[in-house]
Amino acid sequence: MPSVKIPNPLRPYVGGQAEVLVQGATAGAVLDDLLLQYPAFRPQLCKEDGSLRAFVNLFLGKENIRDLQGLDTLLDSDDILNLVPSIAGG
Amino acid sequence: MLPDLSREEILRYSRHLLVPEVGLEGQRKMKAASVLIIGLGGLGSPAALYLAAAGVGHIGLVDYDVVDTSNLQRQVVHGSAMIGKRKVDSARQRLCDLNPAIQVDAFDEPFTSANAMRIAGSYDVILDGTDNFPTRYLSNDLCVLTGKPNVYGAVFRFDGQVSVFDARYGPCYRCLFPEPPPPGLVPSCADAGVLGILPGTIGTLQATEVLKLILGVGTPLIGRLLLYNALDLSFETINLKKNPRCKACGPHPEITALIDYDAFCGVPGRDHDTGSAGADWDITARDLDTRIRSGKPVCLVDVREPHELVISRLPGAQNIPMGELAGRLSELDSAQEIVLFCKAGTRSTRALELLVSAGFRKVRNLRGGINAWAKEVDQNLPVY
Repeated sequence: MPSVKIPNPLRPYVGGQAEVLVQGATAGAVLDDLLLQYPAFRPQLCKEDGSLRAFVNLFLGKENIRDLQGLDTLLDSDDILNLVPSIAGG
Repeated sequence: MLPDLSREEILRYSRHLLVPEVGLEGQRKMKAASVLIIGLGGLGSPAALYLAAAGVGHIGLVDYDVVDTSNLQRQVVHGSAMIGKRKVDSARQRLCDLNPAIQVDAFDEPFTSANAMRIAGSYDVILDGTDNFPTRYLSNDLCVLTGKPNVYGAVFRFDGQVSVFDARYGPCYRCLFPEPPPPGLVPSCADAGVLGILPGTIGTLQATEVLKLILGVGTPLIGRLLLYNALDLSFETINLKKNPRCKACGPHPEITALIDYDAFCGVPGRDHDTGSAGADWDITARDLDTRIRSGKPVCLVDVREPHELVISRLPGAQNIPMGELAGRLSELDSAQEIVLFCKAGTRSTRALELLVSAGFRKVRNLRGGINAWAKEVDQNLPVY
């Protein structure tokens, strides 16, 4: 089952978890499943059209899915997606 | 032509001169180099100390703030004797003591669209050590427009990010993050806290990247983002590519001059957060005290995290952490007078917006949070 690593600033929206197991064969399907599990996360993470908000990126391995096939990027069952948000602390 | 080193400098930098990748010529490059450090907080402090010690000949410091006791847990360039003093003066004094051979310029002013070009104009490298989104976008756009490398670092609790954004050779900050998060979604260190050593690690990595750029050695973090997690002690680098639709460095840029970054980010980049939701929605600590003493019923809702309650708490307050509030509105009675509070008023302002959007009307924000209560009403409570 694929999983999504949740960065510290966004963990309050997934019950404090660092990693969430999700179902789906594409990045988009996995994202949908994540937001089905945590609906309060949806407005924070996605625009109304379902695309990711511009302050957060989804990486598969070292690559941004934006540089692969976007939300259509195919996943293996053991893939881990990494949410990378902008943080500003200094 | 690179400047010569004095006998004293040759002795001072002898451990550098022994390193083949630095050597005498590299040290002279450092002496000739100039670096502007934006922000003298957790990131800027260690970066400034190490760049000064290393012998970067010309260091500019930008900050408009004063040293506060709560800074000292991580802002290691400042000392207790400097509490209440201007940060740029405190840091300048420390750096000049550390290395009298360098020039340190202090800019005791907010870094804004109006002065950024003037301040940054003569520097080779920009080090982004700020603590807010507006100044980060400003630093980025400035570097894109002027063709300078922007050595980026950012921290949150145990997580850090480092990169070198240089639009001449790779992506810029906007390529990765075209827009900032919605206001309040990613809390600041003042609200969420930060492990004091974390910005030390990240700021020192930024300083390392600065020196590599000056020396022209190694592989700079251009086109890569380093993700550091102190809890796992993990370092991971991910690849960044230029975004062809980037509004700053793309083929058809829309940003051809510095813009209003406070408006772009929806949050102020400089003025301290007042912890106010606006006069119509605020209640002061003294007025709340009067109200409670008069016996009028009021529902106090503390939106801080549970681990903050052991520091200070108001009797009778119900704790609903901000992250859980949206899912627990049914626990609140909209017919009752509700006063929301947090540490300093930032989170409770967001909580108030949430409640108002859900139809609550009899709701107030404790201006300045429980810290204001500790200062104005109950001095037995600590301010944190």
